[in-house]
Amino acid sequence: MKKLGISKASQKAFTTYGVVIAAFAVMQIVGATGNMSSMLKGMLVPICAYVVMAVSLNLTVGVLGELSLGHAGFMSVGAFMGVTAASALRDSGLSAGLRLAIAMVVGALFAGIVGFLVGIPVLRLNGDYLAIVTLAFGEIIKSIFNNMYLGFDKKGFHISLLTDKVSAGLGEGGKLIIGGPMGIGGIQKIATFTAGFILIMICLVVIFNLVNSRAGRAIMAIRDNRIAAESVGIPVTKYKMMAFVTSAAMAGSAGALFALNFSTIVANKFDFNTSILVLVFVVLGGLGNMLGSIIAATALVILPEVLRQFRDYRMLVYAIVLILVMLIRNNPAIKNFTGRFRTGKKGGAEK
Amino acid sequence: MKKILALMLVAMLALTLVACGEKTPAETTAPADDGAGEETAQNLTFKLGGTGPLTGGAAIYGLAVKNAAEIAVEEINAMDGVHFELQYQDDAHDAEKAVNAYNALKDWGMQISMGSVTSTPCVATAAETYADRIFAITPSGSSTAVLEGNDNQFQMCFTDPNQGSASAQYIHDKGLASKVAVIWKNDDVYSKGIYDTFMAAAPGLGLEIVSDTTFQDGNDTNFSVQIADAQSKGAELVFLPMYYTPASLIFAQAKAVGYEPKWFGVDGMYGILTLEGFDTSLAEGVILLTPFNADSEDARTQAFVAKYQEKFGEIPNQFAADAYDCVYAYKQALEDSGCTADMSREEICAKMIEQFTTMTFDGLTGDGMTWDATGAVTKSPKGMVIQNGAYVGLD
Repeated sequence: MKKLGISKASQKAFTTYGVVIAAFAVMQIVGATGNMSSMLKGMLVPICAYVVMAVSLNLTVGVLGELSLGHAGFMSVGAFMGVTAASALRDSGLSAGLRLAIAMVVGALFAGIVGFLVGIPVLRLNGDYLAIVTLAFGEIIKSIFNNMYLGFDKKGFHISLLTDKVSAGLGEGGKLIIGGPMGIGGIQKIATFTAGFILIMICLVVIFNLVNSRAGRAIMAIRDNRIAAESVGIPVTKYKMMAFVTSAAMAGSAGALFALNFSTIVANKFDFNTSILVLVFVVLGGLGNMLGSIIAATALVILPEVLRQFRDYRMLVYAIVLILVMLIRNNPAIKNFTGRFRTGKKGGAEK
Repeated sequence: MKKILALMLVAMLALTLVACGEKTPAETTAPADDGAGEETAQNLTFKLGGTGPLTGGAAIYGLAVKNAAEIAVEEINAMDGVHFELQYQDDAHDAEKAVNAYNALKDWGMQISMGSVTSTPCVATAAETYADRIFAITPSGSSTAVLEGNDNQFQMCFTDPNQGSASAQYIHDKGLASKVAVIWKNDDVYSKGIYDTFMAAAPGLGLEIVSDTTFQDGNDTNFSVQIADAQSKGAELVFLPMYYTPASLIFAQAKAVGYEPKWFGVDGMYGILTLEGFDTSLAEGVILLTPFNADSEDARTQAFVAKYQEKFGEIPNQFAADAYDCVYAYKQALEDSGCTADMSREEICAKMIEQFTTMTFDGLTGDGMTWDATGAVTKSPKGMVIQNGAYVGLD
């Protein structure tokens, strides 16, 4: 605790908010003066989505201490359900911003429900079961959306699995939204950078408030020592579920934001590789370190595109950068060096 | 530890410098400067861009397109008239990366586009070219979704549905079989598109579909179930709307169980004979529909195949031929419409739409090609059969 009356935890939270707001302001200024390249402009919304993915996964991996290898599955649920909602409301006369908000809420809701269902059996167990089950979950979700046909007309939604029985049965003015392996096409691009920024801020506020609350302390107690936590009467499954479902819901809203930035989305996009990519953001940024996740996600989404000018070397450079960052982060000399600037930090405060 | 770290940093810096210094010569094929006609050449040099999978699982298609486009640009730049500056960007067969790649091309100043090589990325970039009013013609993005909701995205290849109904028609016309099995990939846009129209057309033509089995990405190495199903139900012909990698495994596994039906493929089958480590005798008798035949007697085709082989050491596939045609179609359209490079993208786009919908183009993949207002091409597929390890025209 510092003497100023602000706890270290709030300090950390406000630093993170500050950095995100500053980054948003800078991007707005650069964009307004017309100095932004089309490439960067096109990447703003995906960056926001990946940042939300990273901080939400950090809640599961860093704060709760459970390994999830199927985070892209929640993103997929959010993306497909969010776009479905946005498409169904297309002719409703609602403004684009409102439809985007509804899409993100719907995405979050469905992903949260799915997260809850996955969590019921798995979070009761000890060990690495969550990693195994989420890995399978990601593949199952991919399979489901690859075989799902969903249409919408005046009578409501029509759904069929495996074969397309929907198109034939649609009434006048109806349209097929999810077309199996074709995914969703002809999406109206309504995602904006401002919406992405707001989503990041909401997620950060939720996460920091959760972590710094009684529930958050219980969650971290479970991470640090499950047996000790149980012995003092903390209901382990409940708190695990709380963190896991929150994390899944956030991934769902990120998915909706992401999908509404592209004209087409297919289930294969949200595969194991995407889950691992997000996990890399989290590990590189530091477990439990939200600001680190944000920076790592931003840097690693931009990096491959900036490296385009190196042509085929870019794969090599990308890998070298990853290795270097890991080495540097764990180098004692550099840790000491940066540690000097963090006054008031007690050794071992961060594990 | 420190020494290693320092060494790595130095190595990386060096690499960065080297890479920066080169300024991507391989991906940009600039026209040769000839002092006299510099002014006119400048005015007629268009920046042509495209995205495709240059790395990853689908790289074989992206590289074929890029290589062929380079050859075409090289030839055209040696002639009078319009010249091109070509740049290809990697999209790794991913819609998100394709949009990034497209934006990189836009920053470079692309005036006309060759869209994307594969279907899903092409749908994503088509929305972008539509919003930015940049004209695009894709050599190989064959899904109908590519053409939907825009007026300035054209195709050089058939749409997938066309291939499905054309295949059913062909099987019926030639009386190849009455009992047909289909094995298709149900998480793939290409396979699904062909399958849908094949299934829609088959009953009307008296084809009985006795077996209908699927496979997916990551589940595409063992086909014993699908083959057994087709065999037990007595299918005389197996229709394979897929790319040739899974098809090669199906041939091998069917032979292992002694099942020898007629095999029928579509344009994705083209290239199976050059697949590394593939025993070409397995593909003996396979029939496929494709618009391009590298063994054709046509002089232009032979010249193109010879040049491609000399430069890249392999026989060009249909994707390469389509890309080559795209560049030449651009040359014809730009020259006929009198476009100059100082015109805005919108003006070029409007002229190109007008030109492409009215002109007739003769290329490697067909004579007398025309385009309708949706951007779909009309040309006739050629039936081919594999005999003694070579593609032989059926008609």
